[in-house]
Amino acid sequence: MSVRVASAELLARAAAGNLGAAARLISRAEAGAAEARPALAEAYRRAGRAHVVGITGVPGSGKSTLVGRLTHALRATGAKVAVVAIDPSSPYSGGSILGDRVRMSDLATDPGVFIRSMATRGATGGMARAALDAADVLDVAGFDSVIIETVGVGQDEVEIAKASHTTVVVSAPGLGDEIQAIKAGILEIADIHVVSKCDRPDANRTLTDLKLMLALGTADDAPDAWRVPVVGTSAITGEGIENLVDCIQRHRTAVPSDARAARARRIAAFRLEKTAENLLLERFQARFRTHETDRIESLAARSIDPYSTAIDLLNRTLHGGHVHEPLA
Amino acid sequence: MATNPIRVLLAKVGLDGHDRGVKVVARALRDAGMDVIYTGLHRSPEEVVTAAVQEDVDVLGVSLLSGVQMTVFPRILKLLKERGADDMIVVAGGVMPDEDAAALREMGVAAILLQDTPPQEIVDTLRRLVEARGER
Repeated sequence: MSVRVASAELLARAAAGNLGAAARLISRAEAGAAEARPALAEAYRRAGRAHVVGITGVPGSGKSTLVGRLTHALRATGAKVAVVAIDPSSPYSGGSILGDRVRMSDLATDPGVFIRSMATRGATGGMARAALDAADVLDVAGFDSVIIETVGVGQDEVEIAKASHTTVVVSAPGLGDEIQAIKAGILEIADIHVVSKCDRPDANRTLTDLKLMLALGTADDAPDAWRVPVVGTSAITGEGIENLVDCIQRHRTAVPSDARAARARRIAAFRLEKTAENLLLERFQARFRTHETDRIESLAARSIDPYSTAIDLLNRTLHGGHVHEPLA
Repeated sequence: MATNPIRVLLAKVGLDGHDRGVKVVARALRDAGMDVIYTGLHRSPEEVVTAAVQEDVDVLGVSLLSGVQMTVFPRILKLLKERGADDMIVVAGGVMPDEDAAALREMGVAAILLQDTPPQEIVDTLRRLVEARGER
């Protein structure tokens, strides 16, 4: 692609299986390029066939290694698998080191696998802003499963659960006791729990803690309700990987249709919320960076206050564009 | 106009296991605000090109200390062309004789940054090359 190709054309090429075109369109989504928006909108309308699996967990829990193993196992069922692997951007330079591919290197030349690394660029919640656009593009490009691997998260970054059809939470042995396991936050969002590194002797304890935590909950007694499984896996021995694939496939098909529809609505609502938030944020930050230096000076000197300044700033941000609804 | 940070894929191709240098470069590029995808040791040209296309990088940087540059780079350039990605900027790093460096430049490798190149010069070179290429 030596000349600049229009985004609509990139989408058409991606839909015909050209992965270079899909990759370029994802870059434009990451840039937030206005030119790409109609093509991404079209991708959204055409997508919806792929199963989106979110993989999350604390840093070092073994997410990337597990994604590598899982991708292999899904490939063995004949599925084409795309991976969007997210790593953090530096809060100082804005740069990043995206190293998830290192742990998936044996998949490097399989034409049924596509791996894309993405930096968070200041997005909180464990995701990158363009991750869901990328999932749509890869869906349209013919991938059956799209795995989104979040950054290594803390206890509170749970956006992935609002964006994926199946959420897998990875815990490593030795990181906490049974009180950690009943806390609110990340452990609550799992459709499937994985305890990685279960070749290690302390893995049983973690498996037990998680199972006990789940047993403490008031379970949905309906016979067809989903019961969250706890799967021990080992990337060294390969243990548990097939079981995990089985759980993911069961979760895809065994969840009752009304629950699945409710989830689809939840995912759509989240997408709308995030898209509006991102567009607003983009406009806001452009103004904030360029026009607010004088006021920062006054604010630091405490001659003006943050509340009235912020309301004024937001009003000017919205009126500066095409939105004509005063905020306050 | 919305823009992305410069995106660079760094790879070690061939059998040498020395990756301290490439990690120093990765860190310098990160600190200069670039997105750096590191693919690890012992990659083949096929693996590197596949990854670079999927990642849609501006710059593909290949570090070599094993003397196989005259086999590896022609192969990489050929594969990029085959996949329609010949607008990708290919940069070589590591240790090699001057005559090989000249031959690689002739072939289309955009810059050769040898072991004594200061990190800031690497940053500046990549910025200049990406700017000269323009939008894509």
